[in-house]
Amino acid sequence: MNVVQEQIQDLDHLPVKYEKDADPAFVDEISSLAGVTNLQTCIQCGTCSGTCPSTNYMDIPPHRIINLIRAGFREDVLTSFTPWLCASCYSCAVECPQTISITDVMYAIKQKSLQEKQYPRWFPSPVMVQEFFNAITSRGRIHEGTLILNTFVKTNPILLFKNIKFGFTLWRKGLLEILPPSIQKKDDLKTLLKAMDSPRE
Amino acid sequence: MQYLYYPGCSAKGTGYSYEISMQTVFKRLGAEIEEIHDWNCCGSTAGLCFDKYKTYALAARNLALAERQFKGASDEIHILCPCNACLQILVKTDHCIREDPVNGPRIKRALEKIGLSYTHKIVIRHPLDIILNDIGLDAVRELVTTPLKENRIACYYGCQMVRPFSSYDDQHNPTGMEDLMDVLGVPTVSWALRTSCCGSSLTGTLCCGGTVAAPMDEVGLRMSYNVIKDAQYRGADAITVACPLCQLNLECYQDRMRRLFHDDIRMPIVCITQLMGLAMGIPEKELGLNKLFVPLPNHSAIHQEE
Repeated sequence: MNVVQEQIQDLDHLPVKYEKDADPAFVDEISSLAGVTNLQTCIQCGTCSGTCPSTNYMDIPPHRIINLIRAGFREDVLTSFTPWLCASCYSCAVECPQTISITDVMYAIKQKSLQEKQYPRWFPSPVMVQEFFNAITSRGRIHEGTLILNTFVKTNPILLFKNIKFGFTLWRKGLLEILPPSIQKKDDLKTLLKAMDSPRE
Repeated sequence: MQYLYYPGCSAKGTGYSYEISMQTVFKRLGAEIEEIHDWNCCGSTAGLCFDKYKTYALAARNLALAERQFKGASDEIHILCPCNACLQILVKTDHCIREDPVNGPRIKRALEKIGLSYTHKIVIRHPLDIILNDIGLDAVRELVTTPLKENRIACYYGCQMVRPFSSYDDQHNPTGMEDLMDVLGVPTVSWALRTSCCGSSLTGTLCCGGTVAAPMDEVGLRMSYNVIKDAQYRGADAITVACPLCQLNLECYQDRMRRLFHDDIRMPIVCITQLMGLAMGIPEKELGLNKLFVPLPNHSAIHQEE
């Protein structure tokens, strides 16, 4: 069997996408979210996937994510773990010839998949993100120890034991506070966030 | 020059050595620093993943607090923000309030509910920006007493300092840190990964995202490992950083990297302000050098000679 035949056989295993499964409104949904601009102007050059430091760990590279959004394959995009591997380093956004802020597209996907509870369950980042936001709203500041503790308990408690030594080293160096810090006017934050919840006047 | 200081959660915890060395050095350089009273977390990249405009509102509270606290007559209020991640969020927030016709006013209205107002007087600045442009390299040169010639240093910029916003340095090839190191007498190395990401939000644990599960922490660790290894190949004895998260991420996980990649790496990671302090002859303890996981080689010998 020659190389071409092998490649054709490989292609047989790829899932076929049908237009009837696509949701044409999806691209507008994502475009309406914060910071997403010029999504339709993408020329599929792949510069984003080339500069991204974590592409080789992603299931779908960034330029294909953009095309999937435009084609309207909602589920593939929202359940992918690509956005959760984005380290927010902005290489893609700076290099993009069409000035698409791809990092913001990733934020938009994350926000959407959290809202619709479509995020990959075995991934710890979504849990961490929610814990992080809860910590800010309840105390106003982040305490590294508590944040890690909560995330580990909810995702992988075994890792907690593995990291105890690291936490102890940090504490011995005086780099980890024991009690979580908090701001004085915690109620202000709650009022502030509630005001953001209310519909636009 | 007077600056309001937004430390960020990281500087108060694991970034202690960066904070204390920066305060000492800035005092020596004659810059006044005043911490913003009752500041809150800016939301970081994790906040942006959750709800963007709520995160902007949280960050905007700090900007509004700074405006209320500032007593000077100047039209511009400069905020000193040592953490790259916070810097980027605060700048983004400022852009959003200035430019977004719908959500800008919405955030302002939310601020009014807690008795604050924001009038666009804030300029958010990184310590490196202030050292290069406000204080000036000549002023630094005058204070240098012991040029640090012993160690070759690799300057690591990381991501969010020059990307996506950069008002004082080139986005693709920044040189500010190298200029500063020249003044301190430090030999620098030329290397490829100086603006590559260290994966701090993926190694997780402390800053922004956190891909902490067993199969996945390799992603973040691999990114940090690449950075350290490249610096090592180019002959660097230490890496200097200007962000508490880069410092933590590159330094504290080296034992895990040693285990995962079977490579005996020991690379000291120091902050720019620590090197400045050393060159100015400030005692080590005031610079937090005793908190380093991997001690800086050769330098203690110089200080004993004095």
